[in-house]
Amino acid sequence: MREIKASDITNTVARLFEHSCHYLPPDVVIALKQAKEKEKSPVCRDVLDRILENANIAGKEQIPLCQDTGAAVVMLELGQEVHITGGDLYTAVNEGVRQGYDKGYLRKSIVNGPCFARVNTKDNTPAMIHTDIVPGDRLKISVLPKGGGSENCSRLTALSPSQGRQGVIDFVVNLVSEVGSNPCPPVIIGVGIGGTTDKTMFIAKKALLRKVGEPSPDPEVANLEKEILEKVNNLGIGAMGYGGTVTALAVHVETFPCHIASMPVAVNMQCWCSRHEEAIL
Amino acid sequence: MSKKVTLPLNDEVLKDLKAGDNLLLTGVIYVARDAAHKRMVEALDQGKTLPFDIKGATVYYMGPSPARSGRVIGSAGPTTSGRMDAYAPRLIAQGLKGMIGKGLRSQAVKDAMVKHKAVYLGAIGGAGAVISKSIKKAEVVAYEELGAEALRRLEVADFPVTVINDIYGGNLYEEGKAKYQVKAP
Repeated sequence: MREIKASDITNTVARLFEHSCHYLPPDVVIALKQAKEKEKSPVCRDVLDRILENANIAGKEQIPLCQDTGAAVVMLELGQEVHITGGDLYTAVNEGVRQGYDKGYLRKSIVNGPCFARVNTKDNTPAMIHTDIVPGDRLKISVLPKGGGSENCSRLTALSPSQGRQGVIDFVVNLVSEVGSNPCPPVIIGVGIGGTTDKTMFIAKKALLRKVGEPSPDPEVANLEKEILEKVNNLGIGAMGYGGTVTALAVHVETFPCHIASMPVAVNMQCWCSRHEEAIL
Repeated sequence: MSKKVTLPLNDEVLKDLKAGDNLLLTGVIYVARDAAHKRMVEALDQGKTLPFDIKGATVYYMGPSPARSGRVIGSAGPTTSGRMDAYAPRLIAQGLKGMIGKGLRSQAVKDAMVKHKAVYLGAIGGAGAVISKSIKKAEVVAYEELGAEALRRLEVADFPVTVINDIYGGNLYEEGKAKYQVKAP
């Protein structure tokens, strides 16, 4: 049994949120630079220049990349040999969110009573926490400040197994076409196929943590990712929807076995400002 | 090339703006998003006046992150405009001339823009840090209790936007897409 202090979890979560809202992950910066090289529209190339300039300024001047510093999504992989001392895990995570959003001058965007009074909780808690119990004695913490604009463009559907691979392609491409400029393209598209609907959306979101453009290790899935990306980019939406050849930076597909009657498909849409960071305790 | 535009907008200025034009705005803009729009329209329903003069005004759909001490504002990029579609035609009919945001608008808003001569201007979503550099002054003018959603008055200099919808029905989202779309063989 290895002991991890709750206060170390709090400090780590706080630091990850503050840092991730000011610095784009290197793989996202590379993907944006590559997008600029591929983009045929001069208007969209200008947009991408501006986006890269923004990334520069954000880090240098400590201004969040985007004013929407998101809902605080936290994914934990907790080794079963870990014993947490000095407090409980979820309280420690939420305290980290509270401190990180306060110290980092991040926007608090969470409201209570979603279809009632919608009163701001003022500290961006509660975090959206997902926990996997895994072998080992480490705790891996991944944070993903998720903006509302792209999250609102996410969708879940229950396709019939007869719709097959083509059904998945049509669902994703039609959704990207429908939401157009709303999710702040060029987007990263997380797709979940299979599971039960709760699992489907979760793996779609988890797909966003993959390095941008890193193909699935499964060749059949990687091939599907490639085909969806090509069809999405053929839509002509472009950066910010101003018309161009790069609408998505990447499509990441995750699959999971499912019921004989089902073929659920989920899309978790991510704006170009794909902020995520992880640490291992 | 960007066109320099001094606010407030008027019909004389609007007639020269076309979908796809890049503009640098200088002058006063008002900031309002979901909750502030709901309150403004409720005020109109009750026959009350709005907290600012909407005639000729430009509204920015935005909710900033908190300002660090000594700074004017935090990160300040646009939010998705479609959520304000339920309220926008009402405000356009009252004299609103410009809306700044990102994302698609409803047919009702597009029709109102042509009918009452107003434009929709796109700012780059997610680029809140670089956009904040063109904001010179910011103050809350109403609904302070709404926090990030309060109604704000900004003074901006060379604030970069792109015309999405002009007064003639031009639409950059549609025209741009048509230009770069690859039709299936």
